[in-house]
Amino acid sequence: MENNHLISITDYSKEEIFKILDLAAEFERNPNQNLLNNKVIATLFFEPSTRTRLSFESAISRLGGKYIGFTDASSSSVSKGESLKDTIMTVANYSDMIIMRHPIEGSARWASEVSRVPVVNAGDGANQHPTQTLLDLYSIRKTQGTLDNLNIIFVGDLKYGRTVHSLLQAMAMFNTTYHFVSPKELRIPDEYKIFLDRKGLKYHEYRDLNETVNDADIIYMTRIQRERFSDPMEYEKTKNSYVLKNEMLENTKDNMKVLHPLPRVNEIDVNVDENEKAYYFTQALNGVYTRQAIITHILGLKK
Amino acid sequence: MVMNDKKLQVSAIKNGTVIDHIPASGLFKVIKILGLDKLEKQITFGTNLESKRLGLKAIIKLADIFFLDDDINKISLIAPDAKLNIIKDYKVVEKKIVEVPDTITGIAKCGNPKCITNHEGIKSRFTVVNKKQVAIKCHYCEKITDSAHMEIF
Repeated sequence: MENNHLISITDYSKEEIFKILDLAAEFERNPNQNLLNNKVIATLFFEPSTRTRLSFESAISRLGGKYIGFTDASSSSVSKGESLKDTIMTVANYSDMIIMRHPIEGSARWASEVSRVPVVNAGDGANQHPTQTLLDLYSIRKTQGTLDNLNIIFVGDLKYGRTVHSLLQAMAMFNTTYHFVSPKELRIPDEYKIFLDRKGLKYHEYRDLNETVNDADIIYMTRIQRERFSDPMEYEKTKNSYVLKNEMLENTKDNMKVLHPLPRVNEIDVNVDENEKAYYFTQALNGVYTRQAIITHILGLKK
Repeated sequence: MVMNDKKLQVSAIKNGTVIDHIPASGLFKVIKILGLDKLEKQITFGTNLESKRLGLKAIIKLADIFFLDDDINKISLIAPDAKLNIIKDYKVVEKKIVEVPDTITGIAKCGNPKCITNHEGIKSRFTVVNKKQVAIKCHYCEKITDSAHMEIF
């Protein structure tokens, strides 16, 4: 039997995406199901990502499964110079599924080609993070009732933010209108604009967050990292101009929700947290349901 | 006449293949891609020949060697204008041009320094996303490398 992996959001058709989202909704209604009894899942974090790892481990635990693994490469044989291939082939002998986070791009695809158990990509460098994308889609559908014909504003680091790129690709199936708000240095790369042009989808670019918020169904915030700027002066100048504040939400649509893949630093003012339009912590909770759905779907435990 | 000169060059082998219109700078890469350095047949190379279209061109004449389309198309990344003359009994029996294939395995290097193919000994794999101005998308890291940044092994 050919293995089922989840490496890139582009591996999934619209039908498969809906399948996962429907399953996630079922886990939201009934999170504790003993479906992973006697199953061992490996969580291999070649670079630390506390949030993603805990979300997966919570999902596995709620399904009654066990997990093994490491939380950063220094505590694994990688520090002794073992190749990724050898690590994966070995761990595949110990587990029923491998969930991996790795700083090198394409590592998850490569792992899926050498592993005899399914591989789930929990982030490969700046490339893909498909389980994040699926939980974003789940959060959007849950709050909007649909994925079709929405106005989405992406704010912050649109150049390196892989969550933005993957969500943009996935939302292209749903006639989305895109609004990109970023400093000049962190603009959305041309390859994604070409992608949207080819799909005949509308997008607009802005330098100022105030210009566009009132039309939004979703505001997707991302963190701007200092190390992304070649000029530190430029960072100091821009870091505070992409901060979402409560007063900016006053005239936004009633259905509008603010999403953020987290961790947040200062790009969303803390007093927004109390606003009913803030959704990012619930979004993180949705991540557990979505990952339960992904794991059980891939292992064929949920039809 | 120019045509006669050309015929004379081509008809120097009895049976085989002539690859013409290779950019002179790409000759050695073409030799490597096709593995010509490992063949034991009679092969003649000419390089830095004048060409109106390419400036300086190279030509390869291979006695008793015929390529499959899939094999010869591998050189399209280096020599997109290459033309093949298939020679039988001193006559050109067929002319072919190379075509950029849909997928490329093991010839090009992914331009992304953070790609797994540049870190572990993995054969590179690409799908061709643009055939006119050649651009290839890595099967692993999903990044696109255009012809200006393309490195051939």
